[in-house]
Amino acid sequence: MRHVAIIGNGISGVTVARNLRKGDSNVRITLISAESPYFFSRTALMYVYMGHMKFEHTQPYESGFWKKNRIDLIQDYVQSLEFESKTLQFSSGKSLKYDELVIATGSKPNRFGWPGQDLKGVQGLYSFQDLQLLEENTHPPLCKEKDRKVKNAVIVGGGLIGVELAEMLMSRNIQVHFLVRESKFWGNVLTEAEGDLISAELRHHGVNLMMNTELKEIQGNSEGRVESIIDSHGNTIACEFVGLTAGVSPNIDFMKGTKLAVDRGIIVDEYLQTNIDSVYALGDCAQFSTAPAGRRNIEQVWYTGRMMGEVLAKTLLGEQTSYNPGPWFNSAKFFEIEYQTYGQVSSIPEENEARFYWEHENGDKAMTLVFDSKSRLFIGLNVFGIRLRHEMMDRWLRNGVSVDYVLEHLSDANFDPEFYQKHEKSIINQFNTEFSTNVVPKRKSWKRILGKIGA
Amino acid sequence: MMKQITQIGLILVVFAVSLFSASIFLSKYQLTEKSLSEAVSTQVYEQLSAELLASKASNQALNAFEFSAEVRGVLVEKNQIWKDAEAWDLVIWDSPHDFAGKLAMSSVIGPVAENPGLFLFLTFGLAFIGGILYILPNVILLGPPGIKNNHVFHQKSTNRGWIAWVVFTWLIAFYILLYFFPDYTISWAKITSPASEFIKNKPGDRWFLYGFTYCTVMTVMAVRMYIKYRNNRYQIFRTSSVLFFQIAFAFLIPEIMSRFNMPGMDFKNIWPLDYDFFFSWNLDTMLSNGSLGLFMLVWGLILIIVAVPVLVYFFGKRWYCSWVCGCGGLAETLGDPYRQLSDKSLKAWKIERYLIHSVLVFAVIMTGMTLYTFFSGTSEVMGIETQQIQKTYGFLIGSVFAGVIGTGFYPIMGSRTWCRFGCPLAAYLGLVQKFKSRFRITTNGGQCISCGNCSTYCEQGIDVRWYAQRGQNIVRSSCVGCGVCSAVCPRGVLKLENGPEGGRMNDNPILIGKDSASLSHFSEI
Repeated sequence: MRHVAIIGNGISGVTVARNLRKGDSNVRITLISAESPYFFSRTALMYVYMGHMKFEHTQPYESGFWKKNRIDLIQDYVQSLEFESKTLQFSSGKSLKYDELVIATGSKPNRFGWPGQDLKGVQGLYSFQDLQLLEENTHPPLCKEKDRKVKNAVIVGGGLIGVELAEMLMSRNIQVHFLVRESKFWGNVLTEAEGDLISAELRHHGVNLMMNTELKEIQGNSEGRVESIIDSHGNTIACEFVGLTAGVSPNIDFMKGTKLAVDRGIIVDEYLQTNIDSVYALGDCAQFSTAPAGRRNIEQVWYTGRMMGEVLAKTLLGEQTSYNPGPWFNSAKFFEIEYQTYGQVSSIPEENEARFYWEHENGDKAMTLVFDSKSRLFIGLNVFGIRLRHEMMDRWLRNGVSVDYVLEHLSDANFDPEFYQKHEKSIINQFNTEFSTNVVPKRKSWKRILGKIGA
Repeated sequence: MMKQITQIGLILVVFAVSLFSASIFLSKYQLTEKSLSEAVSTQVYEQLSAELLASKASNQALNAFEFSAEVRGVLVEKNQIWKDAEAWDLVIWDSPHDFAGKLAMSSVIGPVAENPGLFLFLTFGLAFIGGILYILPNVILLGPPGIKNNHVFHQKSTNRGWIAWVVFTWLIAFYILLYFFPDYTISWAKITSPASEFIKNKPGDRWFLYGFTYCTVMTVMAVRMYIKYRNNRYQIFRTSSVLFFQIAFAFLIPEIMSRFNMPGMDFKNIWPLDYDFFFSWNLDTMLSNGSLGLFMLVWGLILIIVAVPVLVYFFGKRWYCSWVCGCGGLAETLGDPYRQLSDKSLKAWKIERYLIHSVLVFAVIMTGMTLYTFFSGTSEVMGIETQQIQKTYGFLIGSVFAGVIGTGFYPIMGSRTWCRFGCPLAAYLGLVQKFKSRFRITTNGGQCISCGNCSTYCEQGIDVRWYAQRGQNIVRSSCVGCGVCSAVCPRGVLKLENGPEGGRMNDNPILIGKDSASLSHFSEI
């Protein structure tokens, strides 16, 4: 029987397994993970720490699901890969033969060789084990004030995981000092105004945000536990915990030195095929030899892992399919401000671009629109505190509509809950003033939303 | 400072509830000629006064349990004699506890009966003030507006810890006493007497007590909802709506109607939840009350035949279950802290479908028999006594399932146990919602990250994520449209909306962003 082994049971590996089973009831499928017996949503680990959920709630499928669908689960660590004999060697001493191998080992937190980065109380946040370590490194929830062993925490790196970690620590009454290298928050992704909006939100929630500040050194006490850090300005901050959230990189250490071609990640072509026959890689750990049009060559988000999984499953089912992800989208939440992005919005405007920024007077909602200054073609948008309909944005980006069309039909794209205050008029009024246009908002139309009329 | 205020609030609530519970033991009962004659008809007085006035119940002041035992002893003994003699017109058919309750009500003595106003303040008053003090500081303690479910699974009260079990035990005991032992709970009825006198110009009874308690609890917990969900207008409006319908429709209007000697009616209660709507006593009441009675009858029928299908078609069953209904109202206020405890497993879903539709069938058969009996005058249908079926339904479904289990199990099984597994009206609304409605929860393309907040906080135990992560809209008969899945979603994936039926079920969802993988048919996996 044909045997597909998948290393990694994150969203990428699991999507391959599920779609493979859907299309082929005979193939033997094995999902391997050292991290956890069952698939869980990595993005939900923060909610377990904050007590919104139990860990079991982060598992999208009941445990019987895997047996029912004959997807074998192995909880073990792959020590080495033997490509000639198509064998995996596990750290338990066992081994497994495969016909085709799928590598979906995800990422690991970056560590830049900071002095003291291996002290107790210093950690990243990525895996289930990181969550357990965080529980060890901090005090239990709802404990008495005198029992709080972490009063101050330093977080290094102003990205999404950093914000999540800040929110998590704040839920246990820990004062967070957030070191951000750039002058603006998430400066390589957000525009300046957006960065300011998020900075204000973080400060509003009590985070001590320190821009233009880097980590120089982590200092420990006699027990080898962190007691302070020194920042790039030479200031010392006393802290009992340091969170390292300066990005992630492909988790491929155990594959280095094998025949498998790797760079920062495992090199794959558009079909997610590595340089070795019958060996594929996808998700966070994969690096495209040629990046898809308008995309990066390593994409480390949930959605791209899922899409690559669907593509690879097709190929494995005999229908060779290239990774062609369509218009970019992503989302996040910064404390109470939800963020969605569609299309291409770079932090610094490209030459051909015009930009429009609207912000609500409360400072908790904003929208950046990017369009071609000559053709007025809609290029992308970032939105904060307002939900937009993915299908509309996707369709508009594919169909190449003008920015005026987008604004005119903004009501169609609104995805906020019922009775929420609408902001389309305010947005359009400001746009008309700034660009001397006369865009008139149209009322929401289900016919347009369902694609029966309109662009 | 804020912390101290919540602590004071909590102490007040615990004190008030304890005093309320203990008030049962504070009252004594002693039967006199006068109290007996007030409680029963002249005929019953003549039949039983000699024995009752010679019993311990009359010789000394007894506690509720001793008094009831004495009275019931006399009743059962005398009834047996009459039954043996086949003197059927002499037999008193009241349930012994109801009969004892009537006598206890007129024979009560002690601090509660003497100072009901004081006790009303010390119980309901302090519980209300304490509840508000406990909740209000959250405006500051919870930080900036936004859904905060921090520590829900860390707390003993909301994660089936010992506090949950204490609350569970108290609620179960409260409902059992309320429904089945009116003779033990005279103190409670007495406590609410001043309010009853004020509103309906009659002394309090257990059903006034229940309505009054219901409204008080919902009001306090609605304040909690307003604070917790203050960034979400859907939740604010919805909470205001259920609170309004409970206080005005379920409580004040019927009680005020009764003040003016009109038949009371909860104008928002719909058969088959209102399972005795077609009972002969109710039909007789309506038919003997002129134009008002006729209006009640027609209104009730319109709700069943027109309002349910039409409004569910346009808005989904939420128009009733989470905007109007009293059971829903309690679940959405008192029950909100427990919503995450509902069982999301496939097994629970299966049990739900069997159970709730069985109750609907039971209600329909019971009502069919009732109407047959009403129009034909024969008390039996196919050898089964209609009244027996009505009693069985009333006990098993009306009292035990809806009340004792429905509310008692909040801290253990979540807030919608009755609505999900038992309510026949919810089953009816659900069938319409499933097959003919514009309502759906739209999934926002491919934005789901499978985090599980939606499923965890679905009070109806729907595994919302199952659909959302496949890019599929959620169309489920059990969805009451509370909107919390959408509220807790960190990525803006879910939206409750009414739209064309044509776009409702996207059976072949396209997870946006994968041109290369076209349509996907996720039928089983």
